[in-house]
Amino acid sequence: MAERAATGGAQRPRGEQPGEDHAGNGELAPNRVAEVGSGPPPEDTIIELRDLHKSFGDLNVLNGASLAVEKGTSAVVMGGSGAGKSVLLKHIVKLLTPDHGEPWVKGKRVDEMTGDELDDLRLSIGYLFQGGALFDSMSVEENMNFFLNRHTDLSEGERTDRIEETLSWVNLADTAPKFPAELSGGQQKRIGLARAIILQPEILLYDEPTTGLDPVSVRTVSELIVRLRDERGISSVAITHDLLCADIIADRAHFIYEGEIIESGSLEALERSNHPVLRNFFGS
Amino acid sequence: MRFTNLLPGRGSALANGLERTGELASFVGEFFARFWKPPYEWKETLEQMDEVGARSFLLVSVTGLAIGIVMAMQSRGTLAAYGAEYALPNMLALSIIKEIGPVFTSLVLAGRLGAGIGAEIGSMRVTEQIDALEVAALKPFHYLVVTRVVACVFIFPVLTIWADTIAMIGGYFESLIASGMDYRVFFTTAFSTIRFADLFVDTMKTSIFGFIVAIVSSYLGYNVRGGTREVGQAAMRAVVVSSLLILLADVIVVRISLMPPPPSTTDH
Repeated sequence: MAERAATGGAQRPRGEQPGEDHAGNGELAPNRVAEVGSGPPPEDTIIELRDLHKSFGDLNVLNGASLAVEKGTSAVVMGGSGAGKSVLLKHIVKLLTPDHGEPWVKGKRVDEMTGDELDDLRLSIGYLFQGGALFDSMSVEENMNFFLNRHTDLSEGERTDRIEETLSWVNLADTAPKFPAELSGGQQKRIGLARAIILQPEILLYDEPTTGLDPVSVRTVSELIVRLRDERGISSVAITHDLLCADIIADRAHFIYEGEIIESGSLEALERSNHPVLRNFFGS
Repeated sequence: MRFTNLLPGRGSALANGLERTGELASFVGEFFARFWKPPYEWKETLEQMDEVGARSFLLVSVTGLAIGIVMAMQSRGTLAAYGAEYALPNMLALSIIKEIGPVFTSLVLAGRLGAGIGAEIGSMRVTEQIDALEVAALKPFHYLVVTRVVACVFIFPVLTIWADTIAMIGGYFESLIASGMDYRVFFTTAFSTIRFADLFVDTMKTSIFGFIVAIVSSYLGYNVRGGTREVGQAAMRAVVVSSLLILLADVIVVRISLMPPPPSTTDH
């Protein structure tokens, strides 16, 4: 992993990030997640998922998944297909509610929120979907304006400025009049990212942010995610099975298997783990 | 299919059918629970009215014209055999306004709009656009479902009146060519026995048909799971189920409209 020093390691102000590697120097470190029923997590923990269980019919997808994310850090959840990564992420914004367990975000139980409280929480979270989930009947500009128009009191000029600024930030300022079908996969991901940050969220959730992209685009998108953390202090959870992406963005990595987080720590520590599932995943 | 698969039991056709019916009923309940609450998507509702109305205009016009001409041609011979050709305009008006116009127009719209709504919402579901609306606190049920249902409830009767009008004009042109009938005679005879109450009830029942088409198609699209194949299946089912429910609702509405009024309890 000589490449690591030239990617994520070089861009992160190492040693200054809270919760970077709880065990220190690449050791595995168990999740510091409180028991169910023990009340809100500490203030520096922005997301805490406690013992989540979720089934769809006879299929158990989550079997006690737990993880904690500290403010201003990037957590990466890795795992094979069908391990429950996307289902885990959807509990953070109440797209799904657990059969058992507690999802805590910003000190409150998400699964118990309704109405305006839930709307307010969702507006503080940006979500980058796997396929971008851009509204295909709208242009790029309309996609972004749709959010601003409904959730802010900005004037038309201020909205245009915000859109231009955000598109420039993802280096796609010239795509405003284009429709999603006219964009490449990498561009759609970056526009999806621009739309996710247009309301200036505190937390970003990434569902396979680099799947299907070529290595150059993987690096571009991953470096944008790192900049969001470093320049704007956005906390994030990314689910991925892309090692290059994880290597660039992860402050702390978690490995999910059969609906349970089986290892947590730095990415290097996960790669060195003796657990047979991780050895198989990392090909070590 | 084995007969035993139709019997009650988990996974049987009957159990699945009942489960889907229950889900649809729950979806309808959700519509009425949310319909009154903000956000009120006026702009999107108007856009959907444009989609339902303006873009179905040609289809409905051609359908109405064909109905009028064909019905006049088919009925003329039979009526002439009994020496009742003079009754053709009135028979046409009664048939078209009371039954053929509303039902035929609604079935044609079910084909066009049912497939469109089912496929559009279904594809938004599988590409996570509905989830994107949800996590952005944008109330996708209001934005996608309530707007389409309201648009269909308002526009179906308007398109039906238009189709009825075109059908009567088509019938008149057939009569003009076949027997040189004067337009004043045709339209005076046609509407001689039509009451406003008939026109109102038989046209407004298409609001119920519009509700059925929009809510069934939205339900099937909203609950798609899978990919492109499932979206196609949802669009096809939207047309089939909407059409069947329109015919069923028509029987019920006609039965109710033909019931005698309750006797007056006031003594004079």
